[in-house]
Amino acid sequence: MRKSTRKKIAQSIGFLALRAAMGLVLAVLFLFLYDIGRKGGGAISWEFLSQAPRRGMTEGGIFPAIVGTLLVTIITAVLAVPLGMSAAIYLHEYARQTRLTRLIRLSIRNLSGVPSIVYGLFGVILFVNAMRFGTSILSAGLTLGLMTLPWTITASEEALKTVPDSYREGALALGATKWQSIRTNVLPYAVPGMLTGTVLGLARAAGETAPILFTGAAFYLPYLPRSLGDQFMALPYHLYIMATQHHAIQQVRPLAYGTALVLIALVLGLNMTAVVLRYRLRRKRR
Amino acid sequence: MSPETSVAKIETRDLDFYYGPSRALKRVSISCHRNRVTAIIGPSGCGKSTFIRTLNRMNDVIPGTRVEGTILLDGKDIHSPDVDVVDLRRRVGMVFQKPNPFPKSVFDNIAYGLRINGMKNKRKLEAVVERSLRGAALWEEVKDRLEDNAFSLSGGQQQRLCIARALAVEPEVILFDEPCSAIDPIATAKVEDLIENLKKSYTVVIVTHNMQQAARVSDYTAFMMLGELVEFDRTEKIFTNPQNKLTEDYITGRFG
Amino acid sequence: MRKNKRRNFREAAIRAFFFTCGILAVLVLLGIFATLLSTAIPAFREIRPSEFLLKTNWDPTSPEKAEYGILSMVVSTLMVTGGALLLAVPIGIGVAAYLSDVAHWRVREILKPVVEILAGIPSVVVGFLGIVLFGPAIAKVFHTGHGLNAANGSVLLAIMALPTIISISEDALSAVPAAYGEASLALGASRWQTLVRVKLPAGLSGIIAAGMLGMGRAIGETMTVLMATGNARSFPHGFLDSVRTMTSGIAIELGEVPYYTTHYYALFAIGLVLFVMTFLVNMAADVVLRKYQEKER
Repeated sequence: MRKSTRKKIAQSIGFLALRAAMGLVLAVLFLFLYDIGRKGGGAISWEFLSQAPRRGMTEGGIFPAIVGTLLVTIITAVLAVPLGMSAAIYLHEYARQTRLTRLIRLSIRNLSGVPSIVYGLFGVILFVNAMRFGTSILSAGLTLGLMTLPWTITASEEALKTVPDSYREGALALGATKWQSIRTNVLPYAVPGMLTGTVLGLARAAGETAPILFTGAAFYLPYLPRSLGDQFMALPYHLYIMATQHHAIQQVRPLAYGTALVLIALVLGLNMTAVVLRYRLRRKRR
Repeated sequence: MSPETSVAKIETRDLDFYYGPSRALKRVSISCHRNRVTAIIGPSGCGKSTFIRTLNRMNDVIPGTRVEGTILLDGKDIHSPDVDVVDLRRRVGMVFQKPNPFPKSVFDNIAYGLRINGMKNKRKLEAVVERSLRGAALWEEVKDRLEDNAFSLSGGQQQRLCIARALAVEPEVILFDEPCSAIDPIATAKVEDLIENLKKSYTVVIVTHNMQQAARVSDYTAFMMLGELVEFDRTEKIFTNPQNKLTEDYITGRFG
Repeated sequence: MRKNKRRNFREAAIRAFFFTCGILAVLVLLGIFATLLSTAIPAFREIRPSEFLLKTNWDPTSPEKAEYGILSMVVSTLMVTGGALLLAVPIGIGVAAYLSDVAHWRVREILKPVVEILAGIPSVVVGFLGIVLFGPAIAKVFHTGHGLNAANGSVLLAIMALPTIISISEDALSAVPAAYGEASLALGASRWQTLVRVKLPAGLSGIIAAGMLGMGRAIGETMTVLMATGNARSFPHGFLDSVRTMTSGIAIELGEVPYYTTHYYALFAIGLVLFVMTFLVNMAADVVLRKYQEKER
């Protein structure tokens, strides 16, 4: 009897500790979102969203940074989405269990662990210098695209896994070629899932700073980029500048908070869209 | 071991099949004749499904598998380099264990095989869809629901839809891989009637774990065990006067 | 016959296209390595490798004698990472255990995406919060002038590594066969005892892999440490010292360095060391993870 009471107490204490760990994580998340929401919310106005910075970035808005981030994310998507989906199609539909396939999978897992600043270094050498794209939207977008590639491959493959084999076999048994069976009987059902996974990857890329530091992000530009060869302002880099490099850091703190809020809203907004889409898709499948 | 002397439509000679190192078929020789139904029976894991899937080379898609021996379709080896596997599968249709309609409309399911061959003519497609559905005894039930999703049909209807889908590409041989294992008895009866009818125009091979079914629908029956062909003969002979002790034990229900 | 030839050619071409996309992953990884290596090598025309790895002074722009020792940065990276793991591993395992063993499934379905939100916060925002939230707090508690130091970096990296650690540990715990837990409960053990004595040991390799992947992320993280650790170049003596990690070293200096100088090459050499470190950690995590997945099968 006494032993079982002790056991119960031990369990209560143990579970309490686990609940505390969960509570701590939730508290941190809440603190983050609350602090940025409250202090950033005060900085948000139509002017803040629609105008360029003024007076040495102590006034005005972040419009060029929003535009820059959107543009660079489009380039990222143009590189990473089709390539990621195609690589996933190869791995899931064509590849057999060979040494080469294992090497490809190993490379993908390793690529997702390469530090973002290392992608930045690679981008400097490959896109900025070797391909002569200079520091530009193009270089930065392609660098982010390479970084996003392993995520989009993995997400796309997960989507392909959800298509039942019977769709493929059924098509082949009717005399469809491999590609016909994939095009007509696999992709239509996998593409929505592929896209949601890809959006998650793009959201992460949009919030990245290190890879664009040296490949195209600019401290301050008085004009919007006119071509893909131009430098650009980006939300994450702008936040970094406002938080650490500005000559009047305390004075611009509200602007930094506002930038952080817009960035988080953009990234989490994309995230949530993807999560909701994924949830809907799963529902529909059942 | 051919029970008839006429030329077989599809025939295997000393067929071996390997999943990696393990041998799933051992020197299986069976010939299936035009306008006849050939049934393959045997306990689970005896290799009957593996066997039927070699006939249209569906096993090609499983990595690590290997075939030895010969399979002849109209006397021509289906593994010879000038036989195209895609053409082969158009000539040798297949209906699977579980109904596997595509998540498309009834019409699009039937038209699938024609469309991938480039047929676009709406009239012709409609004609083929109707003919195939009639051939599968499904027309009356679905003629007003051609645009409905195939998943909205009952299990038995789905299986007949899959049969109609196979008929639409006008194959010469139709393989049934335990077609009734996932549907109810009434639907089963309909599919069996259908198979009776199909043999007028096709060569039919059916794998079944249900001995009564084999007795009802087939003209010839092959009994397999552990990857080997134990006995192959006219169905009535197999069921009334089997030559092999194992066959007798199996059909009298001593093991299963 | 001719139609078949055309069709087969088309099929082969399509396959070749997808194969090219697949093989690209290998090429990019090799490309990154080759690029770093070839750009790092010229640095060693002037710097002795032993000096580079073992000296603590990094002062490439000194007018008297340029020094290229990265040991302070390496130690700083390891220190911040180590501190992060000390915080994140126990908390992460606790949360994973809570999600898999304590929480009602409905609660779990809600909390899992909430934890994913944490993973979605950009690192630059986390760094910003380090400056405005944790910095002042640390300064107050420990009576330091400012709170931009290794401790701050560790806290932030812990927060960033948590989602990875939680999700992989939770997978590991959920993958423990239900029969193990049931057997233990049937013998009269409490759920807590079952968790600690049966499920955690059974999922251990997955949990270790989770910690290592979290470590890989922490080593390579740039913006948070760049913003929140104070960037002092001296050798760190404690968690309240300001430090400069390898990643922030590259981030700060690459923007200002003239191309094709020894200093420029040396920054790529740091990148190479960083790449090799994360590569090894990730490979090790991979081996552990594979092993335990094989065991599961």
